[in-house]
Amino acid sequence: MNQFPFQPRDLEGPVFNEPWEAQAFSLVIALHEQGSFTWEEWATTLSAEISRAQSQGDPDLGDSYYQHWLCALEKISASKNICSYPEMATRKSLWIAAYAHTPHGKPIELSAAEKEVGGRG
Amino acid sequence: MPHDHSLDHDQDHTDLPSDLELRVKALESLLLEKGLVNPDTLNTIIDTYENRVGPRNGVHVVAKAWTDPKFKAALMNDPTAAVASLGYTGRQGEHLNVVENTAQVHNLVVCTLCSCYPWTVLGLPPVWYKSAPYRSRAVSEPRAVLQEFGTELDAGVCVRVWDSTSEMRYLVLPLRPQGTEHWSEQQLQQLVSRNSMIGVEPARSPEAVENTSS
Repeated sequence: MNQFPFQPRDLEGPVFNEPWEAQAFSLVIALHEQGSFTWEEWATTLSAEISRAQSQGDPDLGDSYYQHWLCALEKISASKNICSYPEMATRKSLWIAAYAHTPHGKPIELSAAEKEVGGRG
Repeated sequence: MPHDHSLDHDQDHTDLPSDLELRVKALESLLLEKGLVNPDTLNTIIDTYENRVGPRNGVHVVAKAWTDPKFKAALMNDPTAAVASLGYTGRQGEHLNVVENTAQVHNLVVCTLCSCYPWTVLGLPPVWYKSAPYRSRAVSEPRAVLQEFGTELDAGVCVRVWDSTSEMRYLVLPLRPQGTEHWSEQQLQQLVSRNSMIGVEPARSPEAVENTSS
């Protein structure tokens, strides 16, 4: 795996602070492996995102690395017409609704959000 | 801290994940729907890295509890603080409960709602832990689930199932395998598997470790 500046890692490879970081990481690897973008395109997008954050005062000590990673993933997804920002925003709202409508003890599924879209029953 | 899931969380919808988690979830579900990423590929990548967050932290906790009675007492008394004393801290407001396996009681951890998991000590949850069948069957037929993991319990052993929430996570303290009385903490670490700390399997036997290491 290519190395990136500032990526939190130890001798055995990247390390993650939270599960979502590994999820975001794996989405990029998977999209790249199936040809959605070249590794160089990804590296350029990510480093631009990191530079942008640093220029805005982010010290980037590793704890925010995957925030930049996620921003870059959203950016490259939009620029490659993989999915648009409005699509992502809509989907995020659906997940929020799904969380709100799922009683405890039931798995959270997107279908739960439809209750809200169709009017609460 | 005692915690009764059913009483405390009658109208609980679980805490909303962070904005970052929601954005990842949004992207992941869209990409899966569009067929741009394959769930098996994602799972393989996650599998490769899940050990990187650190079941090793939990391994440390368990092997220390097996060998250091003072630490074990502290761990059973205030798990969050004892684990933090080893340098493993979670996000604020997240409590860890340690449930100890004995000759009479076997503990099994699940999150029926989603995939709450003590990731500060166990790393990323394995794929099966997040699956709907495990989430429901661990509660409805725990012995059958255990058997599928190759774990056979005596009929007299009581199985306790612990349902995790965003506020309360569980770590199973497995039984220390027999024949390890003279093992050091370091050696014992080889016997502690992630699955044993979720409760689907016992700790590895000394023989199993000897067969794999050469």
